[in-house]
Amino acid sequence: MKVVVIGGGMAGARLVSDARLRGADITLFGAEPRLPYNRVLLSGVLAETTRESQLATPLPDDVDVRSGLRVTAIDRAARQVVAEDGSRARYDVCVLATGSEPLMPPVPGIERTLPFRTLDDCERILARARTARHAVVIGGGLLGIEAARGLAVRGNRVTIVHLAGHLMERQLDAHGGDILARTLAGLGITVHVGVSVAAVEPGGVVLADGASIEADLVITSCGVRPVTSLAQDAGLAVERGIVVDDRLRTDDPAVYAIGECAQHRGVTYGLVGPCWDQAAVLAAHLAGEPVRYRGSQVVTRLKAPSLEVASLGDVHAEGETVTFSHPAAGIYRKLVIRDHRLAGAILLGRGDAVGTLTQLYDRQSRVPAVRESLLFPELAAHEPAHDPARLPGTSTVCHCNGVSKDRIRTAWLAGADTAAAIGRETHAGTGCGTCLTAIESLLGSFGDALAPVAEAG
Amino acid sequence: MTRTHCPYCALQCGMDVSSGGLISAENLCQKGWTAAEVLRAPDRLTTPLVDGQPATWDDALDLAVTRIRLVQESYGPDGVAVFGGGGLTNEKAYLLGKFARVALRTSQIDYNGRFCMSSAAAAVQRAFGVDRGLPFPAADLAEAETVLLVGANPAETMPPFIRRLRGAKRLIVVDPRLTATARLADLHLQITPGTDLALALGLLHIAVADDLIDAGYIAERTCGFPEAVAASNAYWPERAERITGVPVRLMRETARALARRPAVVLTARGAEQHAKGVDTVTGFINLALALGLPGRPGSGFGTLTGQGNGQGGREHGQKADQLPGYRDIRDPAARAHVARVWGVRPQDLPGPGRSAHELLRSLGAPGGPRALLVFGSNPAVSAPDTARVRRRLRALDFLMVCDVVPSETARLADVVLPVTQWAEENGTMTTLEGRVVRRRRATVPPPGVRSDLDVMYELARRMNAPGDFTPDPERVFAELRRASAGGPADYSRIDYDTGGFWGGTRLFQDGFATPDGRARFVPVQFRPAAEDICADYPVYLTTGRVLQHYQSGAQTRRVRDLDRAVPGPYVELHPDLAARLSVAQGDAVRVSSRRGSVTVPARITAGVRHDTVFMPFHWLGANFLTNPALDPISRMPELKVCAVRVEAARESGSDRRRHGRRPAGQ
Repeated sequence: MKVVVIGGGMAGARLVSDARLRGADITLFGAEPRLPYNRVLLSGVLAETTRESQLATPLPDDVDVRSGLRVTAIDRAARQVVAEDGSRARYDVCVLATGSEPLMPPVPGIERTLPFRTLDDCERILARARTARHAVVIGGGLLGIEAARGLAVRGNRVTIVHLAGHLMERQLDAHGGDILARTLAGLGITVHVGVSVAAVEPGGVVLADGASIEADLVITSCGVRPVTSLAQDAGLAVERGIVVDDRLRTDDPAVYAIGECAQHRGVTYGLVGPCWDQAAVLAAHLAGEPVRYRGSQVVTRLKAPSLEVASLGDVHAEGETVTFSHPAAGIYRKLVIRDHRLAGAILLGRGDAVGTLTQLYDRQSRVPAVRESLLFPELAAHEPAHDPARLPGTSTVCHCNGVSKDRIRTAWLAGADTAAAIGRETHAGTGCGTCLTAIESLLGSFGDALAPVAEAG
Repeated sequence: MTRTHCPYCALQCGMDVSSGGLISAENLCQKGWTAAEVLRAPDRLTTPLVDGQPATWDDALDLAVTRIRLVQESYGPDGVAVFGGGGLTNEKAYLLGKFARVALRTSQIDYNGRFCMSSAAAAVQRAFGVDRGLPFPAADLAEAETVLLVGANPAETMPPFIRRLRGAKRLIVVDPRLTATARLADLHLQITPGTDLALALGLLHIAVADDLIDAGYIAERTCGFPEAVAASNAYWPERAERITGVPVRLMRETARALARRPAVVLTARGAEQHAKGVDTVTGFINLALALGLPGRPGSGFGTLTGQGNGQGGREHGQKADQLPGYRDIRDPAARAHVARVWGVRPQDLPGPGRSAHELLRSLGAPGGPRALLVFGSNPAVSAPDTARVRRRLRALDFLMVCDVVPSETARLADVVLPVTQWAEENGTMTTLEGRVVRRRRATVPPPGVRSDLDVMYELARRMNAPGDFTPDPERVFAELRRASAGGPADYSRIDYDTGGFWGGTRLFQDGFATPDGRARFVPVQFRPAAEDICADYPVYLTTGRVLQHYQSGAQTRRVRDLDRAVPGPYVELHPDLAARLSVAQGDAVRVSSRRGSVTVPARITAGVRHDTVFMPFHWLGANFLTNPALDPISRMPELKVCAVRVEAARESGSDRRRHGRRPAGQ
């Protein structure tokens, strides 16, 4: 089977690496002049929490990788793709994984700004950030905030300008957006929401309300648009993205689309999770397994130092809500529950709830009835320490040897007055030794309890 | 008083035993203190049984030989199989391998350690060139800054070991349950069952990103680092969090703690008993190597061996692919050496046979063995997918079992031979730290009971086996020394009486046991559990041990105090799951997997995850449910995670009382 994959981004690289495709004859075209890399971690490179070497996505040796070679056309009649150098590659299966491109709003001077999508973009930003003093990020979505935080970590003064009424408006509600803005302010990042950019000038950014912000580095992060021109030119069905069915197939049975360029059941995705889900399903399908893609669970996790943000599913959904809010500490936790399943959740600020909630959401498992245990897992872990003196007599003191408090007391009454003597008499404390402190404190308490009796006698 | 060692776990605590069976020792758990009761078990086997009826030794042995020969005539040497155990002494394990290959000439020998140490053994061997569970004395742990325990619960499985850990400044425990060990931890990572490998990859990712790695050590003492790191690139912390359920914050804390030496990473069955057990252990070895731990004083990587002689039992040839001294049965030089010691021709030695579960499920099936000889094991309880294994045992033409009590496997046997146990016999055991210790005879065995070594010797003699066979443990040990000499586990300089560490006290200080002396990073990728939860089976089942019982329970269930403390199987479930099922403490609960269904009482505890239930495996029960999916390298079954459905078992009071003791199997 001859497989041609167009696009070496997250989806394309994942597909060609899948173990189920070993044995297929695979050619991968990548427009960028370098081997495929992990785009998701670019903001980590900006924030110095990821090493550039960790971006590498090693590909199997049997994949013919043609980097820096743009595909200009798909000749469906001949089952060939045509590259910009005129070369052709025949296919049995063609996979479009062309990804998406940054949206650049139609604002005068927008060409003075840098997009943040590729490793080249990242390197350009880093080069400018070394001398820049004040940076502006247009767009307060996930990537914009990660970029802003990365620049702030490097010592730049940073302002975010966001068109919507609150930050990350798809992943957070208004209250969450406000708390996030406060947290960012505490990290030295200024946030303007509900305002658009009127123009980008050499010395800074002019806002629609007339205000201007001084800036020598402006980054645009206003979302992305699926790259569909190749599919469109080839006559494939294209709406917002390239339309695919549950097999990830376009209306040409030999052509598939995965990743950010694909539109499945009306949805286009912009996160790595769904892209990799699609790559895995397509690999299985091409290997002859009876699988279908039925959409992905969407988990957005912001990756930036000192910023804990997670958003699961549809946080705007109708349903039973459970919230806890502590704006001064930057904490906001919200669950939306429908049919005993987690429909959406917001987690802002320090806390360990994210692990359990993500799993409940991913697997659509039934949500525990005691909702607070989900919001505050750290509290459940702390059991009050029992004072051995106040334990009932039947309670077990030494678990290794199943010795009760009463038995220790009996041995003490018979004259065993040290932990070692108790060990000889009852075996308590001779296993793991963890209860030795408790035994010693018990011996003390037995004495204290008897003291008044002794006096009275 | 005679100095010997506890019959149970790989810690092999020292004890003095009087001729009357009184025990005196410094530190023991309840199992150890009560161990002498097994010597006097009311149903102790003292006479051979043929078809359940008492028989003389001569009649039973002659019958066994006749039946073995019948099978061999029709099905060839591989028609007869042997199943050993990790509790057998070094001498028994060694002689069993020799008996199978020389007397029976069968390739079909494996043992219950396949369900125990095989994943760790394969990973450690691959990375360091030699597999000694702890390559340093356990006492070293007391000096550690941080100890990471992955899937280990020593507070219940080997309590006195906790004394070693208590000196460590910081204890981090990875376990889906808040176990007795996790309660002692400074940090408990309550991970999703079956995802430990993603945690290891996430920790390596963090170690690289935050520059916690030891570049000098990596350059001088290892190879393969770039490939292993590249394989971890796709497991950035947030992604590892999504797979494991362990918050990023706790992963970072763990990685940073481990980077302060001395630090030790230890895995155990919780991480290893998976269809990806070898890769999971490798993931943690890669982490330890990146941080520069193995072969550094006070630091290192190790695995906590479980069974009493789990270490020695995996070294001397009762494994399907192995010859004494941890030699590879496929290696011509190894075959030549061992054949010379055994007095046979190398070409007469069989090749590798089936792994334990593959062996058990082929019994009595087309192409599979028709006769099985079992020593020191109870697979009718301990093997995963037990119902199927029991069907296979019943399908045999001939089953012979050597045991001290009528175990569940012995009850299925045509011939049962009563054998000696710990305090009644001489021999050596190798502890979890690779120390050979002497088991000494302290009490007189009941009349009519013989040693496993006698059984092997008598059978070999009756079958006119070539070479020398002896039932004398000291002479067997002397032969073991010669057979293991020059192998990875070399006992040639170990004294029978005084023992000691094989290979030295601390391994790898000057180099690893690989040809170039460098440790190997091996790139590994996460893959999900063989069976994940779904709408029909929405809860994970994980299994393990309780303090009062050991393995299949054949010994500990016969000790009054232990039986009274934990009289039967149960299922641990979260209060929320219990409330949803309207189940109260002690109510009967039916737990079902794709392989079977058991009804057991509920134990409700917030110490287990919402999505997970736990069952101890010391009775017929848990393993009716477990998944026999195998690791591609170690052939370890996936005992630690499968998908189950949990329901309230509505039934009458009399049923409930019955199920309080015994599960309704299948």
